[in-house]
Parts: sequence; structure tokens; C-alpha cells
Amino acid sequence: MTRFAEKDTAITGVGLSDVSRGATKSALALTVDAALEAIADAGLTRADIDGIATWPGERADGSGFSPVGCAALQDALRLEVGWYGGGGEAPGQYGAVFNAIGAIAAGLCRNVLIFRTMCEATARKTAYANSLLREGQRQAGPFSGYAPYYTYAAALQQALFFNLYVHKSGIRPDQVGQVAVNQRRNAALNPKAIYKTPISIDDYLASPLIATPLRLYDCDVPIDGAAAIIVSRMDVARTLKNPPIRIEAIGSSMRYRNSWTQLAELDTQAQPKVAKMMWSRTDLKPADVDIAQLYDGFSFHTINWLENFGFCERYGAKDFIDGGHRIALDGELPVNTGGGAMSGGRLHAYGAVHEACTQLWGRAGARQVKGDPQICATSTSGGPLAGAMLLVRD
Amino acid sequence: MVARTLPAIDRDNEAYWTWGREGKLAIHRCAACEYFVHPPVPFCPRCESRDVAPRAVSGRGRVVTFTINHKAWVPELSEPYVLALVAIAEQDDVRIPCNIVGCDADKVDFNMEVEVVFEQTEDLWVPLFRPVTA
Ligand SMILES: [Zn+2]
Repeated sequence: MTRFAEKDTAITGVGLSDVSRGATKSALALTVDAALEAIADAGLTRADIDGIATWPGERADGSGFSPVGCAALQDALRLEVGWYGGGGEAPGQYGAVFNAIGAIAAGLCRNVLIFRTMCEATARKTAYANSLLREGQRQAGPFSGYAPYYTYAAALQQALFFNLYVHKSGIRPDQVGQVAVNQRRNAALNPKAIYKTPISIDDYLASPLIATPLRLYDCDVPIDGAAAIIVSRMDVARTLKNPPIRIEAIGSSMRYRNSWTQLAELDTQAQPKVAKMMWSRTDLKPADVDIAQLYDGFSFHTINWLENFGFCERYGAKDFIDGGHRIALDGELPVNTGGGAMSGGRLHAYGAVHEACTQLWGRAGARQVKGDPQICATSTSGGPLAGAMLLVRD
Repeated sequence: MVARTLPAIDRDNEAYWTWGREGKLAIHRCAACEYFVHPPVPFCPRCESRDVAPRAVSGRGRVVTFTINHKAWVPELSEPYVLALVAIAEQDDVRIPCNIVGCDADKVDFNMEVEVVFEQTEDLWVPLFRPVTA
């Protein structure tokens, strides 16, 4: 098989700040907490970090969506780096990781600090309520076509795609609700999760409709917090403290219309081609995967990734998640084992990577999946923003 | 209902947001191979022609998908309202975000036949769709 660059990289350390619905610290302080924890976890010092990356880069717009960029963190930690990169024009949230893989392959750096910080909980109390539309100014960019139609949140666009998926698949609300119930059950065992009180399917069905068929309990929870990971060159990784978590394969690219209205298949979004690319870069198969951290900005995403990764047939997720047994911690494919973004907090696919590594290193405490899991599939979000990674503990 | 947020206008999308003044829905079309290009771009991805320009279409289409909003995102937002993607009759992969008007929200359905109507807001004419009755 061709030697792909990601196979020469590994995650060597992870860090997570306090995650809350209203932090007592600044966004930068939370980021420093996560970054220092990740550096120490890898057995490195600040002097060893020679690259930084984030997605989508600093957005000083008051929304809390991405309040800290590479420059702010580099200066705070006084790092000397050979390469850095942030920016939203990348294959979803994992674009920062994919760029780091390229930088490592190019010889620009050996240990890259990758982070994602969000302070939406505080921003929503003090600034404006959503990041897509602000009153009083004309909208440009990918959402401008939606602008006049009271499309105030990603929830509305995703509800369009979700409703078509429900129409085509015939999935029932009590089946959709298993994602929320599963994640709350897992979150109850995660000390850092935001919501730990278990919910039942009846609670899910009683939660308010946001936009048909999307309910409140289908949505992730805005938080203040930061997650960080260290991605190292493989020869360096093998000298460090933790067993390397190899980046076995990635899926990225733009092999679909990068549009929020003209995707070829609205109900599967950009995911099938991204998953296909990932599987084309490894000899592993869906049946080899031990656990999955599947993006859950909305439960629809998680359901859709189950199909697009090939864990079940197209429109077969309804049977796969029915009753919730197969996706539970003791099921055949434990999904979103830390509570995901819906109960753990919205760290935008980086909370998922943190949880993946925590499980693969056997550090998950009460929620640790039995049987020494070694292989985890992870994914980013919906619409055209799609990326995927297969992680394997050495 | 609260004021609509409006799109920024540029050379490519001006016809789409203003031809409603004459009651016309403007979609970019390739003069060489007749392919519709949306969102509007002056290049045909099928035959590589640059001769792509706005053309009035029938204004008829079908509801590809929709959602009924139930949440008051901002004060004074009347709800529920319907957000939809409508495929134009001329080419099914050209999809237009819109609100469905002229019927109760719970009457909107997949594949419903609809036709364009325009609502003037400031200097723009915003395309909306209503059920075809005739
Ligand atoms: Zn053409």
C-alpha cells in the first residue's frame, strides 16, 4: 500500500480544560490549561512544541465560536514554532489535524499542539444569540442564500437535511432518541460532562421541538472550554511517555459540491465520499473498529455517520440503534462514550478526539469500555464540512 | 414578522435577487449546453463555456425538503414558519432556499408542487414559494 503521510504521525498527549456553562476564566486561560495538560501528558515541555494548529482560527466577533487563535496561544506560552496554521477553509474541524500531518511530512515540525476553544455559553449571555446571522448587515458567504428566510441557526439547516433523512429512512422518533439517551447514560459516568442526569426515551419525546423533526435533546450544548492534542512524528512518538495513538487513515477532500444547498444527496451530506477516502487508506474494515466517536452536533449526524462509515446499511441505522443496546458501553460498537457534545459539551469534534484517546489509553474510569479497545473511528460534522480519522493504539 | 436579513449583492447574484421586480425568477444558464448553474457563477462546469447568464425560468418547482420552525430565535418572530429547499422544474439539482407561504405550515409536504412569489424588502425582491393551486 502507498505510504500515506498520516501513518507517520500519532497523537501523543491530550488535555481538557474545565468544561462549563459559564467559566470563571478567560478563553485564553482555558486554552492554556488544555495545552499545558496535553504537553505534559505527552511527556514533553513547551520547548518541544514546534508547531501549532487550530480550526477555524481566531474569530474576534463576540460569538465565542472561536475566541483563541494560534497567535494568542503562541504568545501566551512563548513557543518557538517552525509552522502554524488556523482557518476555517479546511475539511471540517479536523482540517487542523490534516494540515499538521502535512507540515510534519514536510519536515516543518515534529510535535504540533492542536487545540479548539469555545466560549459560547458565556457569549450567549453577553453578546448575540447565534453565530450565523447578525441583525442590520447584509450577509455574504456560504449562508447568504439562507439569509432572508429566518435561518437563525445551524439547527434549521440541519433540520432540513434531517427531515429528508427521516422521510427516506422511516426512522422513528423513539429510535432517533436512543442517541441522546445513550450519551446521557455515558455522561453520567464522566466527571467532566455537563449534563449527568439520565434521561429516558419518554423524556426525549417530551423535549420541545426546535424545527421538525429536531428536538432540544437532539442538539449539542454550548459551553466554555478548550481541548488540546499533541500530534507527533512517529519516530518521536515512539520515544514518548504514552503508547502512540497512530493516525491510521484520514478522510478529507472536496469530492462533492461544497454548498449548503446543492449537495448531491442532502440526506447523507458530504460524508459518504469522506468515509470512502478514509477506508481507501487502510487495510482495516468497519468490523475491526472497537469504538466510535461520531460527531453529534445533532443526533442526526451520529446516525448518519453510522451508515456512512459502513457500520450498518444505508437507512439501516434505525435498526442498529433501536433499543440502544448495540451503541451502549457494553454493546458491539460503543458510541460517544464520554457523553458526546450533546451531554458532555460542544467541543466541536475535539472533545471526541480527547475521549477517543482516553478510551484507547484505558483511562476512562467508570465509563471505560471493556476488552481493551484499540481502534476508534471519529468524525466531524454535517453539511459539506466533513472529515474523518481512524485512530489505532500502538 | 421580524424584518428579513438580506444578502449582499454582487455581479453574479444581482439578477437572482432583483428580477422579481418584473415577476421573474432569474437562474444562470449556459447558452452553449443549456445547463443551469446555481448559485450563480459565470462558468459552465459541464461544457466549460463562459457564456452563462441569468435567464427567466418558469418559477415552478417541487419541495425537496422542509422544516417547520417552532423556536422563537429572536423576539417577535412569529412561529411556526416553514423553511424549505425547492428544486426548480427545469433542473432538479438546482435548489433554492425559501419560505413556503400561502398555506398552513402543517400542509407542506415532500414533493409538493410550488410556484414562486416575490416579497419586496428594501431594494431586493425575495423569492418565496406557495402551493400551486391551479
Ligand atoms: Zn455548458
